[in-house]
Parts: sequence; structure tokens; C-alpha cells
Amino acid sequence: MAFVQNFPFMTIVFSLTCGVFCAVLRGKWAKRLCLAWLAVTFAMSLSVLVYTLKSGGYYIYRMGKWDAPWGNEIRVGILEALMASVFSGVMLLSVLGGLHHIFEDCEAEKTNLYFTMISLLMSSLFALIYTNDLFTGYVFVEINTIASCALVMLKSSSKTLVATTRYLIMSLLGSGLFLLGIVILYGITGELLMESIGAKVQEIFAQGEYSLPITVIIGLFSVGLAVKSALFPFHSWLPDAHGSATASSSAVLSGLVLKGYIILLIKIFYRVFGLEIIVSERVSNFLFLFGALAMICGSIGALRERDLKRMLAYSSVAQIGYIYVGIGMHSDIGMTAACVQILAHAITKPMLFICSGGFMDVSGGHKGMASITGAGLRDPLGGAAFTVGALSMTGIPFFAGFVTKLTLTEGALETSTPMMVMALGAIAVSTLLNALYYIPVIFNLFTKPKDGAYSSLRARYTPAYAGALTVFIALNLGFGIFSQSVVDAVSRGLAMFGI
Amino acid sequence: MREFFSNLFTNYYETAAMILFGIGFTTLLMHRNLVKKIIGFNFMDSAIYLFLAAKGYIAGRLAPIITDGNTDPSNYVNPIPTGLVLTGIVVSVSVTAFMLALTCRLYDRFHTLDIDEITYLARKERD
Amino acid sequence: MRSDGALSRFFDFVEDGVREEDYRISKTSSPARLDTDTPENRWLVTVQNSETPLSARFVNWFSKKGVALFNSLYRIAAVIICFTLIGVLLAVVSFLPAFGSADNPAVNEVVERYVSKSVEETGAVNAVAGMISAYRGFDTLGEAHVLFVAACSVIALLRVDPSERRHGRLINPDMLGEDMDFEPNGDPILRKSAKLLVPLAFIFGLYVILNGTSSPGGGFSGGSLIGAGLILNSVAFGFKRTERFFGDEMYHLVKTICLTLYALMMAYFIFMGANSFDDHIWLGVPGGIISGGLIFPINIVVGLEVACTMYCFYALFRKGGF
Repeated sequence: MAFVQNFPFMTIVFSLTCGVFCAVLRGKWAKRLCLAWLAVTFAMSLSVLVYTLKSGGYYIYRMGKWDAPWGNEIRVGILEALMASVFSGVMLLSVLGGLHHIFEDCEAEKTNLYFTMISLLMSSLFALIYTNDLFTGYVFVEINTIASCALVMLKSSSKTLVATTRYLIMSLLGSGLFLLGIVILYGITGELLMESIGAKVQEIFAQGEYSLPITVIIGLFSVGLAVKSALFPFHSWLPDAHGSATASSSAVLSGLVLKGYIILLIKIFYRVFGLEIIVSERVSNFLFLFGALAMICGSIGALRERDLKRMLAYSSVAQIGYIYVGIGMHSDIGMTAACVQILAHAITKPMLFICSGGFMDVSGGHKGMASITGAGLRDPLGGAAFTVGALSMTGIPFFAGFVTKLTLTEGALETSTPMMVMALGAIAVSTLLNALYYIPVIFNLFTKPKDGAYSSLRARYTPAYAGALTVFIALNLGFGIFSQSVVDAVSRGLAMFGI
Repeated sequence: MREFFSNLFTNYYETAAMILFGIGFTTLLMHRNLVKKIIGFNFMDSAIYLFLAAKGYIAGRLAPIITDGNTDPSNYVNPIPTGLVLTGIVVSVSVTAFMLALTCRLYDRFHTLDIDEITYLARKERD
Repeated sequence: MRSDGALSRFFDFVEDGVREEDYRISKTSSPARLDTDTPENRWLVTVQNSETPLSARFVNWFSKKGVALFNSLYRIAAVIICFTLIGVLLAVVSFLPAFGSADNPAVNEVVERYVSKSVEETGAVNAVAGMISAYRGFDTLGEAHVLFVAACSVIALLRVDPSERRHGRLINPDMLGEDMDFEPNGDPILRKSAKLLVPLAFIFGLYVILNGTSSPGGGFSGGSLIGAGLILNSVAFGFKRTERFFGDEMYHLVKTICLTLYALMMAYFIFMGANSFDDHIWLGVPGGIISGGLIFPINIVVGLEVACTMYCFYALFRKGGF
């Protein structure tokens, strides 16, 4: 076994330890340790990606002395390695970009806890990406839930406390349903490993004996994880939580945390039930419908919002809708589109949130649309990055968001007629609405304010902020230009994703 | 229909667990009082543990502690649900502590436990 | 803020539910009186006291009635949701294999191996301990960190500076009296029974931790016993007595060392196992105290971590720190 193959497990376990150390260090040293470790995990994940691309397959890594149904195991393929690299990279950049906000927004002696939460969040995201066992998934979902709620709450104000409470309640409902699904599934199959459950479920489904329980279990998993990933009817907690947290937290929560649950859901669909069962139970149709509704209603919500961060949060609701529409198409290309959207959104939305943090700096701490007029002139790099991000979200060619819309359209053309019409309609309307709310913001950013408010403020470019934004812009353009190779890697990864 | 009810009676532990789960879920979702929400959450989790424990039980068998060297699996009940319940309890203790701490802070700040009232007061503060 | 057109109101309604919409109406029509407690009372007061024009009165009347109507609808909806969920889940239960039967699908080759090979492969007589700490040790590592992350969150929420901590966690002065009355002050019954029970709790907790591999119990249960002993000690004799040997720094030290050791042990175990190296772990004598290879030290570190986390929760809720 090559040494590189050990890296995924090391990233998971040692991220936990890094979090433990951050909890006892002082803020500054916790920051250094956490950033250094994030950089190391990024390098490790990249080398795993290179290894899997070269070997062209996936490998099973046994977590201990015993083989799979007895012990735990993780499974590493191209898609998992790609996700892990992007996630750890984005996490590093998000923390760097909002670094001085973290120190301003958290209480001085609790700053180290922020980095604890970041490390534990990273660990749980890795575990959700790699895991091959449902119960391991549940344990790390809980770490993810508590850590992400704590990230919102660490900027202490009454608003964030209320947002955290609502976020936590919704998350608990979601994990309760998810756990119940696992438990009932264990009751009828007697397995916890995804592949073993998959084999048993196929057997049971062929006999037709347990058709109602299987439908209910799929429903429990879908609803549970949809609540946690803020699919349309369950999104009410998201704008408050993401809109009120500190810039890095919003970036991480919007860009990465929501996606962790979706990756778990995709895994469950592929490995536990298999796409045929999902299609024959019509669950995918529901996901498709709610995804399409989310694309439109999220955009309308964003259109009506006069607060920049809450607008971005509503835009996340719409973008999550794209992912679910891709999943709901129940075709390989639809799933590819969903995964590409996960990656594209993960590199775009954090950039926008980091920019919004920068704009608040040069607008006296306000984030209303009227206050940030001309913020792009006072913070040119932030303005440029926001423009890139907004154009990408709107779906202009050569940016990351365009790739998703293209792949999703390709997927839509392959589906049945009513679904195709709905998907194309939703994409068209959503693109239009995206343009309607992003373009005015760009104009607003580069208009000189009439009363000359905040004209004396200039952006203070720390190397972290400037560097993070530059890399984000480069990533976005790179993703858009070399989109074909990304799409290829994703579809290769998905091909080996199933049972 | 008769079969349905006779099955429910055979699986009376599971039946009770599901009723408790429903009650807990609804309390967590719909009740306005934060402390009662927490109680609902604990109901929900306990129901799942009851369900798991019932799944592990096999009539007439012993706890899986092999003291007399008898390693025949047909003597012992299923050890897996026990382990899962342990994990679940730890998770539920942690989340309950977090949630109670949040409630403490909110009560200090707003002097009420009604989540709608708290949301309203917090919004008002922003304006 | 938002424009208040009809469409926009409709969307507010769709997203935020009716209650906040009502709140907004009451806010625009008259200053809400926050000293009356429940929302219903508040609207009552607003309607009675104000000499408002007819239209505003109508709005008030509507908002009051609306809230009452909404409250009853809300209750009905709650009942409906509850019964639907229970009904669906009961339908699922009626399909499940019979309770207590030996041929239920959960009893398969996985269980067989856990029971029949546990002594031989992990050295633990207690098959549950063998399963959670050795076979599925990775899950349990995550579980210990769930407790850790919750403790960190509670610290972030409730910890206050020692300088501000004179009167306990509640800094708000008008809350002081009522809450601190419950602090036991040299209650003789409590002290006598604590004198008896605290050592017992410690010893029993230690026993459960050390015998975790050979009898029911283990790190989590033993740790919570010791934690209960610590809490009882500080309830009966005040925090000072406990802080003599267990304070803030001690807590951080124990927690860090335990969790780091745990992660390192698991990392060693996983690394060696995955690469099929010989891990040189001595499994010990099955049934003895030192048995089960790594399970024994894991039980100890988990026990210590759980004990100090339990006490940490108590101290934070009681007075905001150690």
C-alpha cells in the first residue's frame, strides 16, 4: 500500500487533534496552528487526488485491523479526493480572507475556540466525504452540526444567538429524522456498511416485501438531509444564520457545510439504494420539484432583500436548488451537474461573502445596500472579486457558474419532456433573476455616493485578505476555462461511485 | 387490518418508541417554549434508543459478556445496538448541553423563553 | 427596510409565517408594551388604551383575532403533524420482524464474529466494549469529540471573566436574589450524605472504568459516575473544595492530554491495521483488569475526559467558569 493512501485517514483524525490543541492555545497561536494544518490537509488531499487520477480507480481503506462489515472503512475515489481538495482549499482561503474580522467579532479570549471549531468542521467534512459507513456518517454529521452552530454563535450579539438557536433546532430535527432512518434500515437489513445495506436492499426490494418501509426510509433520509442543507421549504433558518455570522463563518457555512450533507445524500442514493429504487419510488421527482422551486423562490427572496449578506444567503438557497435539480434528474449527467455545481458554488459563494466582509469594513460596519454604495471604489480588489463572483453566479461564459448551467441544460435535454420544460424554464427564470439582483449590486458598488459618505475610508489590504481574494478570482476563472477537465474528472469519479 | 394491529402488539416496544418519537418531534418542531423544545428533543432521542434496544433483544439470551468461555453466538443478544445507543446518548447529552446554554443566554438577554417573542425582540433591536 | 407592497407582504407571509407579520402590524400601529408578557395581552392593551382612528382599530382588531385564530390553527396543525407522523411510522413498524425473534435480519455474520471472536481478536470479554473501542473504534473517536466540541461551545457561551464572576454567571443584578437562594449553604443532610457518597462514587466510577473490558461499563459510564461525584462534592461543600484539586487549568490539561492520547492511539492502531503491519499490542489476559489491548487505556482516557466534561458543564451553568 502506497503511503499516500494513508492521507485521508490522517486528515480526519489529526484535524480532530488540531482542534483539541487550538482549544488550549492563545488566539494568535491557535490561528497559526489551524492555518498551518489546513494548508497541510490541502496538500495531502491534492496528493491523494493526483494518486487517484493516476491509478484511475478507487481504493478502500480499512480503519483498523478488520475488514469492512466488522470494522469501519473509508473509500477514496477521484470524486472524493477532488471534493476534499477543493473543500480544504476553500476552507483555508475563507479563514484567511476573513481573518481580521474573526479577531474583531469574537471576544478576545474566545478567539481560539473559533479555530477549534474550524478544525473540527474540517475533520467532519472530510469524514462525510470519505465515509462508507452510515453510522460514522451520523456521528460526524453531529460534529458538523454543533461546530457550524458554534461558528455562527461565536460572533456574540443577540441576533446571532437567536439565529443559532433556530439553526440548531432545525438541524436537530434533521438529524433526528436521519438517525431514525438509519435505525429502521438497520432493523430490516442488519447492516451499517453502505455496500452491504445496498446488497440487502436490492434483495429485499426484489421480493417486494418491505416496499412501504423502504419508501419511508428514503423519505426520512431525504427530508432529514434536506432540512440540514436548506432545500426550499426548509430554508427559513438559513438567511438569519448566514446573514448575521462573521464573514468567514458565512463563507464556510454557505460554501461547504451545506454541501457536506448533500454529498452524504448522494452517497446514500448511489450506494445504499441504487438509482433504480430511487427513481421507482419517485423520491427524485420530489427533489427535482423542490429544487426547481428553490431556484425561483430563493432568487425572488434575494431580489427583495436590501441587506447584502442576507441577499447572498438567499442566493445560496437558489444555488442549493440547482444541486437538487441535478440530483432529481436521476441521470448520470444530472448527477455530474449536481457535483459540478457543488464545486462551483463552493469556490464562488465564499468569495462573495469575504468581499461583503471587506465592504462592511469600508462602509462603517453597515451592510445595507444604501451604505455600500461606492464600496467597490474604496475597496477595488474586493469590488473586482465581487464582480467576478456575481458574473459567475449569473452564468456568464468563462466563469465557474456557467459550467454548471451548461451541464445542467445538457442534463435537462436528456430527460422526459415535462421535466425538460420545467428544468429549462427554471434555469431560464433563475438566470434572469440572478442577473436582476446581482447586476444592480455591481453598479451600486461602483457608483460614487451622492453625499460622499465614508469617502475617507480606504480598504486596508492585509496580505491574507488580498491573497485570498486573488486566489479565489484565479480559481473561478481557472474553473471556467478548464471546465472540461473538471467535468471529466467528476464524471469519471461518479462512474466508480456506485455499488 | 387485524394483522396490522397484531403486528403492532407483537412489536410493542417499537410501537411505543414510534409514538414517543412522534410526540418528541412535534414538540421540538412546534412548541414555542425553548425548554419544552429541549424536552421534546430528548423524547425523540430516547425513543430512538428504545427502538434500537428492542431491535437488539433476542428472547431468552444473555448479555454479550463472555465470562465462561462459551463463544457460541446463539447464546447472546446482539451487541451492535448497545454500542449505537451509547454513541447516541453521548451525542444527545452534548447537544442538550449546548442547547441549554443557548437558552440560558437568551433568557438572560430577553427574559422570556418564547422563541417567537425572542425572534421578534431581536428583530426589533436591529431597527 | 423592505417595501410594504401587497406582493411583498405576501412573500413575508410565505417565508416568515403569520406571527411576525402580526408583530409588524402591531409595531407600526402603536408602540408595543413589552412589560405585558404574552403577545395576546400586549395586543389587548394596545387596543384598549389607544384612541386610534377606525382603520387602525380594525387592523388591531384583526391582528388580535388573527393571532387567536392563528394560535388555534397552529395547535391543530401540530396535532395533525404528530398523528400523521406516528401513523406513518406505525405502519412501518407493522412490517418489521417480530420483537425478540432469533431470525431477525440484524443477527447476521457481523454479530456472530463480534460475539465469537471478540475474546480472541480484541482480548475483551465484554463484546460491546470490543465492538465500540476496537472493531468500530473510529466511530467512538468521533463520539468523544462530539462531547469535546459541545464543551467548547458551552464554554464559548457561558464562560465569563473571573473579575465579573463575583455573583455567579448571572451578571444582571435584578436577577441575583431569587436564583442564588438555591445555593445550599452548609446544609447538614446534604453534607453528611455527600461525605458518604462522594468517595463511593469515585471508587465505583474507577471500578467501572478499570473493569470496562471484562464487565458491563467502560469509559463513558464510569466517567459520568466520577463526574457526578465531582458535582456532588461541589454542591455540598462549595466550589472552593473542588477547585483545590480540580480547577480551570487542570481541566484543560486533562482534557487535552486525554483526547490527544486517544487520537494518537487510534491513529497508531488504524495505521498499523490498514497497512497490515504487526501492531505489537499485547492483548493481556482475557477477563483480567489489564486486557483488551488498547481498549483498557482508551477506557481510562475516555473516562477522564467524560468526568471532567460533566463537571465542566456543571461549573459553567452554575457560575460561568471554574
